[in-house]
Amino acid sequence: MHEMVQTLEETASTEVSQAAIEVADVDFCYGRSRALKDISLKVPKGEIIAFIGPSGCGKSTLLRCFNRMNDLVPGARVTKGEIHVNGVEIHQPGVDPVELRRRVGMVFQKSNPFPRTIYENVAYGPRLAGPVEKSDLDDVVEGALRGAALWDEVKDRLDESAFGLSGGQQQRLCIARTIAVKPEIVLMDEPCSALDPVATAKVEELILELKKDYTIVVVTHNMQQATRISDLTAFFYLGELVEFDRTSAIFTSPKRQETEDYVTGRFG
Amino acid sequence: MAQTNTAFATTGRSRKGEPFVWLTAAGLTIGVILTLGLLGLVVVKGLEVFWPARLVVLEVEPAEGSGQGTAAGTVAGYVVQERVRRDLAGKTHEEIQVFRGNRELHGEKFVFLDRADIAETRQPGDLLLVERLEGGHVIGRAGALELAGGERLEAGAAGFDERLEQLIEESAGRREELKRIEKDQIGRNAKRVKELNLEAKLAGSDAGVAAELAELREEFERLDGERGEIRERLEADHFVVESADGREIRLAGGELLHVFRPNEAGFLGRLGEMFRRGWTFLSSDPREANTEGGVYPAIFGTVVMTLVMSIFVTPFGVIAAIYLREYAKQGHLVRAVRISVNNLAGVPSIVFGVFGLAFFIYFVGGLVDDTFFPDAEEPVYKSGGILWASLTLALLTVPVVIVATEEALAAVPRGVREAALACGASKWQAIQRVVLPASLPGILTGVILAMARGAGEVAPLMLVGVVKSAPDLPIDGVAPFVHPERQFMHLGFHIYDLGFQSPDSEAAKPMVFATTLLLISIVVVMNLAAIVIRNRLRKKYATSSF
Repeated sequence: MHEMVQTLEETASTEVSQAAIEVADVDFCYGRSRALKDISLKVPKGEIIAFIGPSGCGKSTLLRCFNRMNDLVPGARVTKGEIHVNGVEIHQPGVDPVELRRRVGMVFQKSNPFPRTIYENVAYGPRLAGPVEKSDLDDVVEGALRGAALWDEVKDRLDESAFGLSGGQQQRLCIARTIAVKPEIVLMDEPCSALDPVATAKVEELILELKKDYTIVVVTHNMQQATRISDLTAFFYLGELVEFDRTSAIFTSPKRQETEDYVTGRFG
Repeated sequence: MAQTNTAFATTGRSRKGEPFVWLTAAGLTIGVILTLGLLGLVVVKGLEVFWPARLVVLEVEPAEGSGQGTAAGTVAGYVVQERVRRDLAGKTHEEIQVFRGNRELHGEKFVFLDRADIAETRQPGDLLLVERLEGGHVIGRAGALELAGGERLEAGAAGFDERLEQLIEESAGRREELKRIEKDQIGRNAKRVKELNLEAKLAGSDAGVAAELAELREEFERLDGERGEIRERLEADHFVVESADGREIRLAGGELLHVFRPNEAGFLGRLGEMFRRGWTFLSSDPREANTEGGVYPAIFGTVVMTLVMSIFVTPFGVIAAIYLREYAKQGHLVRAVRISVNNLAGVPSIVFGVFGLAFFIYFVGGLVDDTFFPDAEEPVYKSGGILWASLTLALLTVPVVIVATEEALAAVPRGVREAALACGASKWQAIQRVVLPASLPGILTGVILAMARGAGEVAPLMLVGVVKSAPDLPIDGVAPFVHPERQFMHLGFHIYDLGFQSPDSEAAKPMVFATTLLLISIVVVMNLAAIVIRNRLRKKYATSSF
């Protein structure tokens, strides 16, 4: 697993212009049903990419491929093609999914804080690698909470249960927990679908803020959200990537009829 | 009724299932009534044992044709039960059963009397209920105190009651002293003599051993002398009690445990006596083939055995369940294992007892004895003991813990698990720091169920270490302080033994109820403690799904 980390770092430093994630001709199956068909796309570094499309079109499946979260689902596997993260094919034998996930963090649809205190939630990731000095850990936790724009709201109650937070705060706590590990890429699976508009606005603001340091891939059902935050948008339909372009192009001058129908709400 | 023709008038369909609702309610009601009835009976009967009944004096003059053939005379005692008996001629008799005590006078402690035969009933205030070490209670009037120096103090004389109290206290102190000498000092002496003899037999005797033996013999003589002296002192004073029919009973001072006048005592006095009896029951050793005294060794044995069992069963069951649920490849083999585990919970418990006897005692215990105690004259671990009993019960209850843990692990929301992995946790890190804490309340529920089952189990214990009487506790002040090989007493077995194996079942009956009440209370207390701990954990580790 150590080698793998090195490979990731080396490639990152040598080939600067490389895409953060590169998907080449990928097929993905749950048992016998084919969930993704011939997907190819490149996610450039430092940008926000939105995946849109109707439910069951495969966008979440593809997202979960990027940190091999699908390994947990029995019978699910990539049957064809390659996925490169920072230039490394992530299904090759030398890749340890545990190390991969430290570089590719993930925020889930439903906020899922651990049944611990706020502090413990954020400190969970940094502690996994080994013992950390208490003062260093404090710094990491504060940094992550500030990064997630939550510090001012929770700094006085770090030792209270994370379940005392509101839904929006919980989701931002989950983001803090993710960035505390200092990943390079952050995957977000419908991060605002369970939040009210005010909380959504805050999380969106946060995502734009995070763009400075991370490459972000967001799955969303909310087309306005995609236009507000993303640089690039990919439209999926029935397991196929229909169109992938600059967000402005997708929403104003889509090349495909399906895309236009979907983004204008005539379909679905 | 006036508006039955509205658009939403009932068609009757909405009431179709109602009989079934009644049926379910009736089922629940019957269950609740049965449970409450059982608990009520145990609580009432169990507490009744400690409540001091009024003593009555009955003048018996048998009428013509009464069935019992009781002799005329005076009977003193308290009423235990009333019954209606039909004799051969079809005539009914209302009878009462009276506890009259004084076994040396009457042979029997209980007597049945026909109500028709009773000419007079009185409740004289000066009747005494005397508890003594052997022979059961004595009921009668205080006669006199015959003290050591030939001094005689008649009842009613000044200072009689105080002197009697003093005598009882002195006797208690002397008995303690005697017990200390016999158990600790003479016991230690005898143990050392045995060791030295064995040493001499193996290595040939030498001067050092001989000298120490002589020293020990001397010490024994001295202790024996002290013992004799105390015994003499215990026999020196006498308390004379006059029974209701005018005979005298001379009780040695050392025999006396407690004297109480139930007819003079007011409500508070009787309440105090009740608590005293309750405390004696909880804190003292059994006497008179377990029918009198307390059940302290049985309480101790039950609690220690249950705790030791939990200590074994919890880690074992939890680890097994983690592998089964989290790591094993879910296939036919795992399914077969799971079915087997579930079936194991249905195996009759006596089978576990037989297994425990064969495996733990004969095999493991035999190995331990061969390895560590090759010179011991009697088996040390190759006989029933509290350790083997706890292990047997741990085996019996492990399916409960495995099933509960598996369910608790499965109930941890997938999101929490994925979140841990997404932070870069390895599978074990996710289980250890997130999944296990979140499932702790569920695991504890399993442990509580296992404890409740284990504490109430009797049959297997009879094969692996429970005995009728074991005054030496498995944990005591004698080095090495913990004696996992010792046999022990258990409340469940105590109930069985009292109720069905006792030579004096009539006298043992109250003890059966009291012991049952106690066993139920102990199980309830242990469960409540575990539930409180679980709720604390639940609060601490509450996930959104709980």
